Amino acid sequence: MTLTIPTFSLESIGPWITLSVFAIAILLTDALSPKGNRTAAPVLALVGLAVAGFQTVSLWGKTGMDFARMVYVDNFSFFFYIVFILGTGLTVLLSLQYLKDYGKNLAEYYALLLFATVGMMLMASGSHLIMIFLGIEVMSIAVYVLAGLFREDARSNEAALKYLLLGAFASAFLLFGMAMLYGASGGTLFLNDLPARLAGAETFKPLTLLAVALLIVGFGFKVASVPFHMWTPDVYEGAPTSVTAFMAVGVKAAAFAAFARVFFLAFPVLQPDWQMVLWVLAVATMTLGNIVAIAQTNIKRMLAYSSIAHAGYLLVAIIAANQLGAVSLMYYLLAYTLMNLGAFGVVILVGRKKDSYLSIYDYSGLGFQHPVLAASMALFMFALAGIPPTAGFVGKFYVFSAAVQAGYIWLAIIGVMNSVVSVYYYLRITVLMYMKPAEADLGPVSFAPAVTATLALTALGVLLIGVFPGFIYDLAMNSVKVFPGLL
Amino acid sequence: MQMIFFILAGVALVSGGLVVFQRHPLRSALWLIVNFFAVAGIYLLAHAEFIAAIQVIVYAGAIMVLFLFVIMLLNLRQPEEELRFLHLGQKVGGITLAVFTGLLMVYTITQVVLPPGKEAPPGLGNTESIAKLLFTDYLLPFEVTSVLLLVAIVGAVVLAKTKLK
Repeated sequence: MTLTIPTFSLESIGPWITLSVFAIAILLTDALSPKGNRTAAPVLALVGLAVAGFQTVSLWGKTGMDFARMVYVDNFSFFFYIVFILGTGLTVLLSLQYLKDYGKNLAEYYALLLFATVGMMLMASGSHLIMIFLGIEVMSIAVYVLAGLFREDARSNEAALKYLLLGAFASAFLLFGMAMLYGASGGTLFLNDLPARLAGAETFKPLTLLAVALLIVGFGFKVASVPFHMWTPDVYEGAPTSVTAFMAVGVKAAAFAAFARVFFLAFPVLQPDWQMVLWVLAVATMTLGNIVAIAQTNIKRMLAYSSIAHAGYLLVAIIAANQLGAVSLMYYLLAYTLMNLGAFGVVILVGRKKDSYLSIYDYSGLGFQHPVLAASMALFMFALAGIPPTAGFVGKFYVFSAAVQAGYIWLAIIGVMNSVVSVYYYLRITVLMYMKPAEADLGPVSFAPAVTATLALTALGVLLIGVFPGFIYDLAMNSVKVFPGLL
Repeated sequence: MQMIFFILAGVALVSGGLVVFQRHPLRSALWLIVNFFAVAGIYLLAHAEFIAAIQVIVYAGAIMVLFLFVIMLLNLRQPEEELRFLHLGQKVGGITLAVFTGLLMVYTITQVVLPPGKEAPPGLGNTESIAKLLFTDYLLPFEVTSVLLLVAIVGAVVLAKTKLK
């Protein structure tokens, strides 16, 4: 028997290889260096991310597929690569001091972060459902472990266990959906081949619909959409804050990248069907997330419900299923990465040693004691609420314009009404910071340089892409050309 | 052939149900072995000989031993008490939803008109054809699986090895 290995170019998966190699290098350096010396790991992680970012930028503009059509080499993937690299890099900066305070500055932490990023990249660029599934698993397993990093803490254990059990369950749904799809399409799982196969097999429509429903369950879990959101508040609250930040931005962005790619490419035939289902999910997700967030007094839980609500807005972008919808999804995820990481950075700084100050009332009077910190928190809250001139406003503007353009007027109206509701709990933090006296003296906040730098970068980013969204818009517009079906 | 399939499917379903309904985890594990063998038989019928062999060796063999190890290490001598924190409403709601979802899936699948089966091409499920696929078309997923395993190993070490203070 002769085996002809298909031609491939390692360059097209360069960023994955770089990150994997650096993750292994981190593990090896840690194993070979003297005990207690852990300064190398975060530095190596940042260098690896920088190299991967550089490779991604030099790949920009390429189109095609590689590795026997297993992976898309296109701008849509590259855009998300950059979002993931940015999210992971900022997470590394946020983690350093926070983990040291807990005595948990493990090299494995950084290695797992990099591996999770590789998983996300697989999800964004997989062109076969098996690749997307492998990406989800690589990312999820790393994140399950990261959520349970604080083994002494019962809540961290709870977070890891809940996420693992429910995540495994969701993966089973996803796999079952893929199996149905394999049957319905007559034996292919290539996203490019699916539409033609499915269009030609009208008798298999029930099976395809079942597959789509199961896929929605699987993806819905990963993006934390109602009714698959139950794990979110507990996991976000229990996991280490830096990991929560990583989950909120990275995992969500990756899941939405795969969600959008699969639904835009593979199921244009069934568009009316899945749009109807997602319409209900989006409305439920936005409404429940925003209303329950009002009742939260723990800042991490509040941000968890806010993250559910944002998943709802992002679903609107998928439902719109037009070019502007895809563009808004990409822009929104970038903006969300910046503003959410910034907000979690403030949570880490205010929480101080071992997360002692996580109640929203601990923010009372922050504006008088630490004006700059309070100002940046206010900025992130305005951005999350979607108030101009921040990136959050532009993102929501694009999302709802896309919905209107696609004829979903009511969906846009419900979305805007939800944004108004969300202003209440975001502004409450600001009101507490500036208009309430401090309940107790907050004392000195130790401004770790890395965290301060993260705050500065994210604050700058939120303002910059909010005031000048044109550059990102053009990049995203350039990327969504890969979806021929979108108008 | 059809007769064998229905017998195997019946065994798989009944043993699967018994896995869930046993009080003692050890018994659940033992019924799971029966289930694995029945499923392996179905794979054989579908000309997936390699998968059938792997199913027996890896699942019924290695993974079951691991299961039994864990159960014995946890030292569960007597059946767990009934879960008390489940409210009646939760229980009824959960079962109703599960049954409804199951029926919906079964109904959906029965709505599909399947074309008549074709004869399997020779050598469909043997190691040669699988290896050929793994090292050509599926080369990348195959390699990515190694990253997945590495992540799992690192994760297990992180969770298990670090000293508790």
